[in-house]
Amino acid sequence: MELLLVSLLNGLVYGMLLFMLASGLTLIFSMMGVLNFAHASIYMLGAYFAYDVSRHIGFWPALVVAPVLCGGLGALIEMYGLRRVHRNGHIAELLFTFGLAFIIEKAVQMIWGLLPVPYRVPAALDHTLFHVYGTNFPAYRGFMLLVSALMFLAIWLMLTRTRMGLVIQAALTHPEMVGALGHNVPRVFTTVFAGGCALAGLAGVIGGNYLVTEPSMAFTMGPIVFVVVVFGGLGSLAGCFIASLIMGFVQTFAVVLEYSLADALAAIGIKVSDATALGEVLTIPLPRIGALLPFVMLILILLFRPRGLMGTRDT
Amino acid sequence: MSEILAHPGARPVPTTGAAAFARRHGPWFLALAVALALPWLFYDWSRARHSGFVVAMLSQMSMMAIFALSYNMQMGQAGLLSFGHAVFFGLGGYCTAHALNAVKGGSFWLPTELVPLVGGVGGLVFAIVFGYVATKQRATAFAMITLGIGELVTACALMFHTFFGGEGGVSTNRMIGTSLLGWSYGPSIQVYYLIVAWTAIAVALMMLLTRTPLGRMANACRDNFERAQFVGYDPSIVRFFQFALSGFFAGIAGGLYTLTYEIVTFDTVAGAMSANALLMTYIGGVGAFAGPVLGAVLIVLLQSWVSLLSNSWLVYVGVLFIVMVTFAPGGIAGILLMHEPLWRAGRLGRLAVPYARLLAPGVIAVAGFVLLVELCSFLTIGAAQGKAFKLSGLTIDPQHPGAWLIGALLLGAGGLVLWREGRRFRAAWEALVEEIKAGARA
Repeated sequence: MELLLVSLLNGLVYGMLLFMLASGLTLIFSMMGVLNFAHASIYMLGAYFAYDVSRHIGFWPALVVAPVLCGGLGALIEMYGLRRVHRNGHIAELLFTFGLAFIIEKAVQMIWGLLPVPYRVPAALDHTLFHVYGTNFPAYRGFMLLVSALMFLAIWLMLTRTRMGLVIQAALTHPEMVGALGHNVPRVFTTVFAGGCALAGLAGVIGGNYLVTEPSMAFTMGPIVFVVVVFGGLGSLAGCFIASLIMGFVQTFAVVLEYSLADALAAIGIKVSDATALGEVLTIPLPRIGALLPFVMLILILLFRPRGLMGTRDT
Repeated sequence: MSEILAHPGARPVPTTGAAAFARRHGPWFLALAVALALPWLFYDWSRARHSGFVVAMLSQMSMMAIFALSYNMQMGQAGLLSFGHAVFFGLGGYCTAHALNAVKGGSFWLPTELVPLVGGVGGLVFAIVFGYVATKQRATAFAMITLGIGELVTACALMFHTFFGGEGGVSTNRMIGTSLLGWSYGPSIQVYYLIVAWTAIAVALMMLLTRTPLGRMANACRDNFERAQFVGYDPSIVRFFQFALSGFFAGIAGGLYTLTYEIVTFDTVAGAMSANALLMTYIGGVGAFAGPVLGAVLIVLLQSWVSLLSNSWLVYVGVLFIVMVTFAPGGIAGILLMHEPLWRAGRLGRLAVPYARLLAPGVIAVAGFVLLVELCSFLTIGAAQGKAFKLSGLTIDPQHPGAWLIGALLLGAGGLVLWREGRRFRAAWEALVEEIKAGARA
């Protein structure tokens, strides 16, 4: 029970962090058809910007400054990079963002060094919020939940209550039609791209000190965010939300459940040891396969339901 | 473009017979001759030794050429963007390592010359397994599945010790004493000649494959898979065959890798190696058969030569890649092919002056960019390694703002002039093409 509750809370925190990244990516991917490889790199930049700003001014200004910087960078990338490459087709766009991710990683290594930077939780939030069965729940995780819930509310209001949001919703499923109706689709694209990058930056600010701020953080996070987006389905923020939470729970529960396939087989009366065929595969405990699970999920969903959980069209 | 062919002053193009064969395949035989002769250019006669650096670099180029060509079987010829191609390279390498150890241990007999074939078969088997899953989809879904497979295999390589040897990898010894030629394969030059032979075979086979119905149908499915379906072919089967065969050739490259380095680690299946295949192939050019070879040669040259001079060589590769994607989606081969009609019309000389005008600002802008990147890298990584930034004996202090100012000025001024000259060059180019077209019509 204790394990379940604590893991649920941790899974929720991680899932919401994933959603912050994945929501922007899902909007970009659905509207522009571009799988933005650089999205997780923007998340990393958000963390590094926040580290630099919080060193000089403090954490609270960083919470605003870093996402704004990331959003501005995103707008520049869309206007001067992607729009130009768009002429050469979707593959070229995808490769462009891939190259960008590559360069951003190297640039971060050159500017901030190869080692993790000491980006820490602010002192005001560095205490225990409450105890669950003797386990501490840090205030910072509560703060992360609060920020992501607020962001979720803000996106939802923006998409359903504003004119811009309605145009974006329409462009998610019928981009050509929206253009034909006389809306400035390129500007909508730039806005969404910049907004998505700002959200990724925000995720970097609050995730960078929760996890570790290092040059490889983009390449560890990136594939997982892709899995979330594909799993949730194109054109569906709700699917993206559910997929983020599923992924959060899968990853946290995989870490705490010390079972292996051999244990499952033992339950039905088959004994497995290292000596049996495939014994090595079967006796690996779940926490060690945890890292594999997202990719197994990705391959399975693309095979059996290419449109994802709640998607409206195939990937 | 066909009207350009009919230009009266055009160079005659043989279409049949030995002349056509020589014209079409001449560059390949020339490349083979160069590959065979190059190690002797760097031979140290006084000590009667080959230059280890050059032989290692050439070996790397050769095997990477196979790897990039096999990648282009998917990317260029079948229009399949894969992010996990290194899986077949690495698994081929692992299979080869185990085969070498088994032959050494006396389990079975296999001539050293045929050992890379084990890698090829290993790559083929795994490509059949993974390809069965991946090729049901195309485009972005295919790219995502291959990304997932790549990550899966990398994670497995670190997890399972019996086959992959964990983080330490699998070590082996190529001197198994079963050579048909009586070579020991101790000296790396012997291995290099084996690699060149296998490269020649693999390149010839891959080129022949493009002429088979399978190769043609792969092109058709790339260009318009719906029409290919109407004709009566199943695109997913075509994709599957192309994928499996491409895995075979990647496996051969992996086998050659194992023979050269005598160790295979999880790096060979990891994402960085897959990215390497993508970079080499795209920078070289996906549209022409020989493009990936050019890319492999260039990237390995950067990798082994520039990485000696600079910590940040990967930044240059990345920037080169972005520039290519943005401005020259055809890669180096595409740029060269654009000149072909002009060359046939005998007007290539007219571009000499516009090119010369591009050269100076280009060099200045690149110098400025390199200076800025190096300053940045010496400020952090270089400082951590305790190195000083030296330029032909002159030590540059990366803390000093003057160096940064010079770099920014060079990049800014060079870039501006380059941009203006670029527009002028484009105008000159278009005028020339128009002129040739008009000449052909007259």
